[in-house]
Amino acid sequence: MAPAARLALTGATKSFGAVRALEDASITLFAGEAHALLGENGAGKSTLVKILGGVYRGDAGALTLDGQLVDFAGPAAAQAAGVSIIYQEPSLFADLSVAENIFMGRQPVGTGRRIDRRAMERGARDIFTQLGVQLDASRPARGLSVADQQIVEIAKALSFNARVLVMDEPTAALTSVEVLRLYEVIKTLRARGAAVLFISHRLEEVFACCQRATIMRDGRFVRTAPVEELTIDSIIRSMVGRDLDALFPKTVTERGEVVLEVENLCSALVFRDISFTVHKGEIVALAGLVGAGRTEVARAVFGVDRRSSGTVRVNGKELPNGSPLAAMAAGMALVPEDRRQQGLVMDLGIDQNVALASLSRLSRLGLIRRSSERDLATTWAARLQLKYGRMRNPVSMLSGGNQQKVVLGKWLAREPLLLIIDEPTRGIDVGTKAEVHRILDELVANGMAVLMISSELPEVLGMADRVLVLREGQLIAELTRDEANEQSIMRAATGQTTGVPA
Amino acid sequence: MTAVVERDRIDPGARLLGLLRAREFGIALLIVIVVLVTAINNHNFIKADSIQQLLSGAALIALLGVGETLVIVTRNVDLSVGSVLGLSAYLVGDLFKYHHIPVWSGFAVGIVVGAVCGAVNGFIVTVTRVPSLVVTLGMLYVIRGVLGVIVNGHRIASEAIPNTFSAVGYRSFLGLPWLAIIVALVVVVVGYAMRSYRPSRDFYAIGSNPDAAVLAGVPIGRRVFTAFLISGMLAGLAGALFLALHTQIDNSGGTGYELTVIAAVVVGGVAIFGGSGTVVGAALGALLLNTINQALVASRISAFWNQAIAGALLLAAIAFDRWLLLRNTRKLQAAEGAHRDL
Repeated sequence: MAPAARLALTGATKSFGAVRALEDASITLFAGEAHALLGENGAGKSTLVKILGGVYRGDAGALTLDGQLVDFAGPAAAQAAGVSIIYQEPSLFADLSVAENIFMGRQPVGTGRRIDRRAMERGARDIFTQLGVQLDASRPARGLSVADQQIVEIAKALSFNARVLVMDEPTAALTSVEVLRLYEVIKTLRARGAAVLFISHRLEEVFACCQRATIMRDGRFVRTAPVEELTIDSIIRSMVGRDLDALFPKTVTERGEVVLEVENLCSALVFRDISFTVHKGEIVALAGLVGAGRTEVARAVFGVDRRSSGTVRVNGKELPNGSPLAAMAAGMALVPEDRRQQGLVMDLGIDQNVALASLSRLSRLGLIRRSSERDLATTWAARLQLKYGRMRNPVSMLSGGNQQKVVLGKWLAREPLLLIIDEPTRGIDVGTKAEVHRILDELVANGMAVLMISSELPEVLGMADRVLVLREGQLIAELTRDEANEQSIMRAATGQTTGVPA
Repeated sequence: MTAVVERDRIDPGARLLGLLRAREFGIALLIVIVVLVTAINNHNFIKADSIQQLLSGAALIALLGVGETLVIVTRNVDLSVGSVLGLSAYLVGDLFKYHHIPVWSGFAVGIVVGAVCGAVNGFIVTVTRVPSLVVTLGMLYVIRGVLGVIVNGHRIASEAIPNTFSAVGYRSFLGLPWLAIIVALVVVVVGYAMRSYRPSRDFYAIGSNPDAAVLAGVPIGRRVFTAFLISGMLAGLAGALFLALHTQIDNSGGTGYELTVIAAVVVGGVAIFGGSGTVVGAALGALLLNTINQALVASRISAFWNQAIAGALLLAAIAFDRWLLLRNTRKLQAAEGAHRDL
């Protein structure tokens, strides 16, 4: 090998109690390469990243940086040594300014060690210029979109002049334009001689921006190979250790009577004149670019947001405006996009989370019976093939995919007629993704109506019976399963008549 | 590039606007309004000695508020400040009476007593990780109980307090009570430090997002300990000043102060869940509460209204903060959306 290893981790092992999160894992990063780390949720990627970042100390194993053996005492030591990590969940200080977020603990100081705010904001702006983004360095971090939070995190890493930059799912919340910009940033970093470790569940991205990939399974190293030698199939096989059934199982079902009727739905600012129906036994997908108003339509249908005009009918009965309770009573369920904030009570147990939406059915004389909570949760955990330790464990201990299953279970326990599901598989691994798709397929086969919002075209094409395309708050196209393909959807979503953006 | 350089200069107009929007300005304005409205009916209210009374009356709560701000900013709370004040005041008095210690050392003793209490608080909170609400509630009773044992039903009367010491409580300098000058100095120094030094910015980081603070390498334990230590020291100093002001002390000095202090701090714009707020705001909050208190007396309104008004003000402050937060978030997101559409 010609280039010297920038960072090498060998034989890393880490246990939490009886759980082996990492066993004899190894990875080598070269200067100037973008390296993908692949594996299902729970394969040990996050643990490995936290060892690199000094958050955990491995039980065994050696870490070398530019040939020198290092042992990080904490995150600060890792950063000082030039290893920067961008974690999955942006970790910003909402009350502090963007600039201070970037330079926390290293604020430029002037005479008498006083913080030089101007120098700090200038430094932040310089980095934003490098990144080609416009962001006000003096504004507080509170209220930043997830994408901009991500950019602040990247700026933070750049400010360290990182020799090794680890990105844990940086693209999960980004739009396609922002993802392209991120590729450019990665290229710049590589040109500077940094090594980039890139974690993503979207395999296309791995092929687009990485040179080599390392695949992990069950906390162990499986293989490292140049991306040219890999195919999506071979990656999935290595990750899962078995052949996946088709990622998008689709049973042909007879479409039944109308369940949901939406007519001329308008909201003051976001969308107007939306009309569509969803029938029993079909999946209708809402597609469109981020910001087209898909989530807002779903929220207005469910009554979380008030509609300014239009009607929503379930089984022919009109729903009152702005009443999620009425929507629930009518048999609707909404699985939100941001499951951590809107779908789960992270500190409560699995059983309590699953039972949360069914409490009225589980209580007698206003008292909730713990045993019936557990019975309900056990039933659904089995049906959804949830992987868990104990029912009482807080859901924050579960992996992302399993958390999504808990949210699903919570709403399915109400046995709804209509399920609205926003980004059903965002941020979850390929294996769990296929399971979620299988569950949806089963539900529809049993007569449920599903309205699905998804940014992933393969998911839309694979699962939906009909596709509604939104652009700038208007319903632009309704495509049948036969008409829908990547071109037709993207054309409608971007408003182009010819040509398709990459 | 030129655009960037130009933005470096802070536009004086924007600066003024920022000042006008600051919470501190709003509270100061409210204080002036209360004073003027009261003065319409009672002209004595804006006479020099009345203003002096307003300032020295608020001084102790403002001083405790400074320490409390540091603690609350780190997403903790110190409920023991009233008890620490009482203990410090009595011990200083005791040393004057029985050991005739020099006058200056009265303040030093107060600070040391407070430092010990603050260190115990900080140690328990950071080592055991028991919520500070519980720890300092326990310390509130422990310290008050120990004080009861020490006092044993006695009291220290004013004859025992050296005149030069109690002068701090009633003398003034250039028309300003010494008490207010000392507290104002502390507010300015701590307020400046909280803005301009790296370690003090850590306090805000911890309160804003503890998990992120860990990842940023902030020494959380050390900083939280420091916050409690300083809160204790200032409560100890406040004890010495309390003795100088009242010139007599039994075992009840400072009882119930902790809640007044927290109310003042919150009214002053310090977020109760940490991460934001300034000591200047906290001090002004204390001044506002005391001003309203005195205004009611001057307007011959029943003192019972005082507590109700203080409570209503507290609720109004929290509601206002909540509204402001929601509005700003919405505004920022709207700006973001517009930016994105371009």
